[in-house]
Amino acid sequence: MRFVEAAWLVTRKDLLIEFRSREIVYTTLLFAVSCLLVFAFGFVREGRAVEDAASGILWVAIAFSGTLALGRAFERERQNETLRGLLMSPIPRPALYVGKLTGIVLLLLAVETVIVPMAGIMFQARMLAHPLYLVALVLTGTVGFAAVGTMFAAMLVRTRSRDVLLPILLYPVTVPVIIAGVRGTAAVLAEDPNLEMARLWLSMLIAFDMLFVTLALWTFEAVMTE
Amino acid sequence: MQKLFFPLAAVLAVMFAVAPVLIVGAPYESTMGLVQKIFYFHFPSWMAMFTAVFVSGGASIVFLATRRKSADAVAVASAELVVAFGLIGLLTGPLWGIKAWGVWWSWDPRGTSALVLWLIFWGYLLLRRFGGPGSERLAAAVALFGMANVPFVYWSVNLWRTLHPKTTVVSSLPVSMGLPLWWSTAAFMGLFALLMTLRTRLEHDRARLDELYLALED
Repeated sequence: MRFVEAAWLVTRKDLLIEFRSREIVYTTLLFAVSCLLVFAFGFVREGRAVEDAASGILWVAIAFSGTLALGRAFERERQNETLRGLLMSPIPRPALYVGKLTGIVLLLLAVETVIVPMAGIMFQARMLAHPLYLVALVLTGTVGFAAVGTMFAAMLVRTRSRDVLLPILLYPVTVPVIIAGVRGTAAVLAEDPNLEMARLWLSMLIAFDMLFVTLALWTFEAVMTE
Repeated sequence: MQKLFFPLAAVLAVMFAVAPVLIVGAPYESTMGLVQKIFYFHFPSWMAMFTAVFVSGGASIVFLATRRKSADAVAVASAELVVAFGLIGLLTGPLWGIKAWGVWWSWDPRGTSALVLWLIFWGYLLLRRFGGPGSERLAAAVALFGMANVPFVYWSVNLWRTLHPKTTVVSSLPVSMGLPLWWSTAAFMGLFALLMTLRTRLEHDRARLDELYLALED
């Protein structure tokens, strides 16, 4: 079986299950919206968001809800011992990783299509000033976050205390992605957008994506063997 | 390494005894005065912590590739030292910051990067402790990610925020300040080596004890 074909089979399986239950999308989405609400009490003065608040709140909501989605996605594999089935099937480990990663990214992008405009409306950010930059930043940031997240969530499946260990390990390691995402988005959403800054952070995000995916592909096989 | 333990301990005892004398003898820094002396603790502890990060990450790569138990012992020993030396750096930094800048914590690039790394290695230790059987290999992947992340964390945090004295400060120090600084650094690195031998030895003994228990049960 070719690599891409194998990875696509894994992604398709995950999307099909999710499409039938819609459990992760609904719970993650509602959780992300709750995050926006809670942060509003800290960062809104006189009905207006403080400077750069929208991008910060948006990325915290993405990171928090992303962790939740990652946990649920792999909990599903654990409950019926299906991860063992996947590991025993004739799929190369890196393809399994890429398949899982694609599924998670698509899921998070579905959630983001709702919460990004929502954060823009709630916190008076000018989302439509440079939409392409915004989309590129959110996309590359999500890939970077999910690249580490998929790797860690997969390897934590068989451990105890996985629910708390995932964010503890994930947030410090993804610090470069979070910083680049927040600052890049803030540069795009500012009153006076700084596109040169946005390009700088965007190119850093692309570099982080490549670094994290490469590292994960390299270590996935070593940690996912019995 | 075991044979070197007592000579090394003796040399270090002398070095740590002489260090305060050298630090007292060093001239006062023109703007910060007495408080700058904490630098002779602060900088060496970070040096030791970053060495420990790379030792732990390197040993984890060897462990992932070869499954050698001895590499895992080195990795866990130095991960604990990352947390220990990092704590010294994280405590002395704010003490200096409140006097020099007027704030305890200023989110400067180096302090922030060190905090991030410190948290990653806390995660490493927590995963080993609470992860259950087989978590050594998973923790090794965390250490590897942590080590590979060092330049990128620093790079991104540096772009985000800058308020720290430039790195060139160290090389441009007058000899009168440089000698106590490098003396302290050498002493801290020696302490790192000493604690490493002690802790890896302990880890070996623990593994051996586990084996003996299992053999007894069979």
